Amino acid sequence: MSAIFPKWTNWLPLVLALVAALAGGAVTAGVAVYVTPKYYRVGYQPVQPVPFSHKVHAGQLGLDCRYCHSNVDKSWVANIPSASTCMNCHNQVLKDDPRLAIVRESATNNTPIPWVQIHIVPDYVYFNHSVHVNRGISCVECHGRVDQMDTVRQAKSLSMSFCLDCHRDPAAHIRPVDKVTDLGWQWDSDPAKAAKMQEINGTKFVHDWKVESLQSCSACHR
Amino acid sequence: MRYAISILLIGAFIGGAVVGMLGLPGRISSQPPVEIYSDRYFPGMDRQPKLRPQKPFEFFANGVSSQLPPPGTVARSPGVATLSGVVHRFEDNPFNTGMVTGSTNFIDVNPMPMTQALLERGRQRFDIYCAPCHGRLGDGNGITKAIGDMPAVANLHDARIISMPDGEIFNTVTHGKGLMGAYGPIVPAEDRWAVIAYLRALQLSDLGTTNDLDASQQALLNHTP
Repeated sequence: MSAIFPKWTNWLPLVLALVAALAGGAVTAGVAVYVTPKYYRVGYQPVQPVPFSHKVHAGQLGLDCRYCHSNVDKSWVANIPSASTCMNCHNQVLKDDPRLAIVRESATNNTPIPWVQIHIVPDYVYFNHSVHVNRGISCVECHGRVDQMDTVRQAKSLSMSFCLDCHRDPAAHIRPVDKVTDLGWQWDSDPAKAAKMQEINGTKFVHDWKVESLQSCSACHR
Repeated sequence: MRYAISILLIGAFIGGAVVGMLGLPGRISSQPPVEIYSDRYFPGMDRQPKLRPQKPFEFFANGVSSQLPPPGTVARSPGVATLSGVVHRFEDNPFNTGMVTGSTNFIDVNPMPMTQALLERGRQRFDIYCAPCHGRLGDGNGITKAIGDMPAVANLHDARIISMPDGEIFNTVTHGKGLMGAYGPIVPAEDRWAVIAYLRALQLSDLGTTNDLDASQQALLNHTP
């Protein structure tokens, strides 16, 4: 009597289990890498209506962030400057440059410039810029080295876990308030020494400025 | 064994194709991010039908959410403590206009109580808003001078500006003058007064002589080790 099942079927359960494990692992890895804002948000670099370079203005010319984003330390929203702010300099600097035509038109006719928003959190998240900036959390913590970007792109994921990483340990990110807009600032050029000073001063700032490590839902969601 | 190898090869091919199509995290893209938990599945959560500042909004004729206040709007905010009492932003007061109430005469002296904190605030705001053109020292050698496109920047140590009443400087900062733009819209009044207080300190630092030092400071200066 011949066998109903050929001999190789003895391996079938093992092979199936192996394939299932590999496929499952691959799917898990794929989800972990791709279904997260670290993948689908970071690196977003839309084409803007005006080729404004933060690298030139904030980096080379050394303008303070607050010259243009003047409400960032007073309001929950970091405003896009009005065209009149641009015209403070560009009524003389590059005053006939075609790249600035939209800005000049906006300043004369009050028409909005259609900037494309890059950094955006869901509408149920209530992020307040002023409370962070006034307590020593630098722009660079969420926006990266904007002063080195010709065209701004999203550098950090701004996911909930990204927020919580800092909220659980503000001492690791806090810095002197007058260095908040100095994006390249470090405690020391030696990383080991800088880390040590961050640890000591961070704890001190958190205590002195009564910085709360807010982790309740209602801190951000209302 | 052959099967195992071919399964692994197919798997590697699919994996490679996925990475090739989607790229690695952090890749630059000008395409708007795909919202995984989007409005399609949970309408009105991520993007709610409410107004947010500086966004496109069809309801208004000019198509933006942030509207200018209608003429005659009264600003509601706490008053500011000045030397002549608490002043509100809607009042015709030297604090808001730089002019003596009911006239066009500029006030001579800063209405803010002079404190170290005010000067520090003034220094910070001066370095942000004024230094790009006038320079950190106020000598007119800002970055715009260095790039050579803005030749006529006032030197704030000019006798003309030293003898100018505080109110007139306030008026210039608020409304601009000549080629200088108006800073009233982006710098609140108390910050403008702080800047003027700091500017006076800057001018004094340039005008001062060793005779202004007191006896102990002079002794320190003349001390030869």
